[in-house]
Amino acid sequence: MILVIAEHGRGEVNRATWEVVAAAQQTGEPVKVVVVGHDCRGVASELATASVDEVLLVEDAALATYTADGYTAAIAAVVQAEAATLVLVAHTYQARDFVPKLAARLDRPLVADCVGLRRQDNAWRFVRPMFQAKLAADVLVDGPAPHFVSLQLGSFRADQVQRGASAVPVRPVAVSIDSAAIRQRPEEPFKEAKQAVDLTQADCIVSIGRGIKGPEHVVLAQQLADALSAELAASRPICDAGWLPMDRQIGSSGQTVAPKLYLALGISGAIQHVVGMKGSRMIVAINKDPEAPIFELADYAIAADLFDVVPAIIAELNSQS
Amino acid sequence: MKIAVCVKQVLSREATIRVNDQGTWVRDADAQFEINEPDQYALEEALRLKEQHGGEVIAVSAGPARVTQVLREALARGADRAIHVGDDALVEGDAFVVAAALAEAIRPEGVDLILTGLQSDDQGFGQVGVVMAERLGMPHATIIMDVSLADGQVRVKRELEGGWFQWVTLPLPTLLTIQSGINQLRYATLKGIMAAKKKEIRAVRAEGRASEQRIARLYVPEKSKQTRVLEGSAAEIAKELVQALREARVI
Ligand SMILES: Cc1cc2nc3c(=O)[nH]c(=O)nc-3n(C[C@H](O)[C@H](O)[C@H](O)COP(=O)(O)OP(=O)(O)OC[C@H]3O[C@@H](n4cnc5c(N)ncnc54)[C@H](O)[C@@H]3O)c2cc1C
Ligand SMILES: Nc1ncnc2c1ncn2[C@@H]1O[C@H](COP(=O)(O)O)[C@@H](O)[C@H]1O
Repeated sequence: MILVIAEHGRGEVNRATWEVVAAAQQTGEPVKVVVVGHDCRGVASELATASVDEVLLVEDAALATYTADGYTAAIAAVVQAEAATLVLVAHTYQARDFVPKLAARLDRPLVADCVGLRRQDNAWRFVRPMFQAKLAADVLVDGPAPHFVSLQLGSFRADQVQRGASAVPVRPVAVSIDSAAIRQRPEEPFKEAKQAVDLTQADCIVSIGRGIKGPEHVVLAQQLADALSAELAASRPICDAGWLPMDRQIGSSGQTVAPKLYLALGISGAIQHVVGMKGSRMIVAINKDPEAPIFELADYAIAADLFDVVPAIIAELNSQS
Repeated sequence: MKIAVCVKQVLSREATIRVNDQGTWVRDADAQFEINEPDQYALEEALRLKEQHGGEVIAVSAGPARVTQVLREALARGADRAIHVGDDALVEGDAFVVAAALAEAIRPEGVDLILTGLQSDDQGFGQVGVVMAERLGMPHATIIMDVSLADGQVRVKRELEGGWFQWVTLPLPTLLTIQSGINQLRYATLKGIMAAKKKEIRAVRAEGRASEQRIARLYVPEKSKQTRVLEGSAAEIAKELVQALREARVI
């Protein structure tokens, strides 16, 4: 049996959880889904529309807001009671925060950030990126079940979830949570006030990464952006260094965009960047490393030094206009 | 305030990555190494906290003898002393093996705070810090972008997805995994490098835990998308690209 740990917020199932449900269904094994929280029967009912064995609902006032301590205690009890072979969860920031702790508490391994799983020779094989996605590894796990596995966002398709003819049962599971033992005291989530630019509306984006070398070269990218009537954006290290403001960052911790054209200059293509731009209609990548992961999703690949090619592109655009 | 900061030695970002003949790890015999990026920010944060609150910063790294290089660098930037948890097997060990090795090295120090990076550039488990906290019975918080200490507690700013944040308060001792960009890094000065020569790097042996995760095969991922490769001189590439953009009506 595969146990899926659901994630939800503001009464809604996280989209990534549907991806994990789809992944679990595709294994052909029996699937159960566990929902943890308080007053979240609606979430459980929504998940019960999927063709799974049942939905387990763990509710307690101490679980009303997410904490690593609370979730670990609650889910550890469920995992032990249910005798799952695999425990699957989406590799979200919340999962990063508590699943390693949960796995450590039960002393069972966690294969994190997987993009695929399959059964081969009577054992599970997990595929996960390594070395910043420049390589992939097939990973085998020894030792008794359960094995914890987190799945990278977007590696399975939420629209492939199989729905049942009727809703599956939602079974409340009682766990005792000692709220005094929860050591994290979280406050309300918030957004940093000043988000001046809304890149989600841009038709064309020129985005720069660490290949731009120094702040003095940002002007080159700006010239290209001007020639294309594009907005300028960047990978995280560029914003961390202050070469561009934070609100121009693309990726999991920045903005998610889907322009007609995304032109990546000196960006390697780490997953946290890619999740923010892979929906772009046309992706052009310029990178001097022919094996850079960004080329995997590029429509046009230019394996060259950006300082040679970009001035030529600017000249070409200006000569024709 | 006694702070341990875990710094991992990883392949330099500029290094060309090649899989070894067995297809299980990379060829790193004569490679260039550096401190894992978020760990640099964790070290900087530890140094800043010490400057504000006094105390001591202990840099800890697990791996073969070569990792003492990153400990020297941490000492040069201002760490007071270092612990090297030695074992060649730690390079390919799973997150639990590495976390156990680091935790047992740090446990006797009785620290108030442990800082790690949020993820390593090579293995990318994103687990070692959190697992260590569980082993040591400490609370933790991950992907931290701000740390302030007061009255035996720590208030931290956690990064959430899509530009959201959240403040969380935890009691000490605690473990935090630090996100890149939390501060501005300082670099070692010549004075720092000289001073580092006199600082202690204590060697301890790793607790021998066996990996439960094994890499069966390491490889360059296959491309799934149809990509057009533009080649030639810069001018030729530019011409072809601009034409393609016009045909696709993106410009
Ligand atoms: C929890 C978490 C959240 C994150 N959130 C984000 C996020 O929201 N957005 C984000 O971008 N990252 C994010 N990151 C960081 C991400 O993992 C990568 O570290 C980052 O995206 C790398 O940025 P980069 O591609 O600019 O730099 P690098 O990975 O260093 O790549 C630089 C590239 O430039 C190329 N290059 C160098 N010189 C030249 C030249 N002259 N011409 C052409 N090419 C050249 C190199 O070949 C290389 O591929 C996050 C990480 C974590 C763990
Ligand atoms: N061998 C190691 N030595 C020191 N610190 C490490 C080691 N491995 C991991 N860490 C720390 O744990 C963090 C997370 O690593 P990982 O779980 O491998 O992604 C890193 O950013 C380091 O701070």
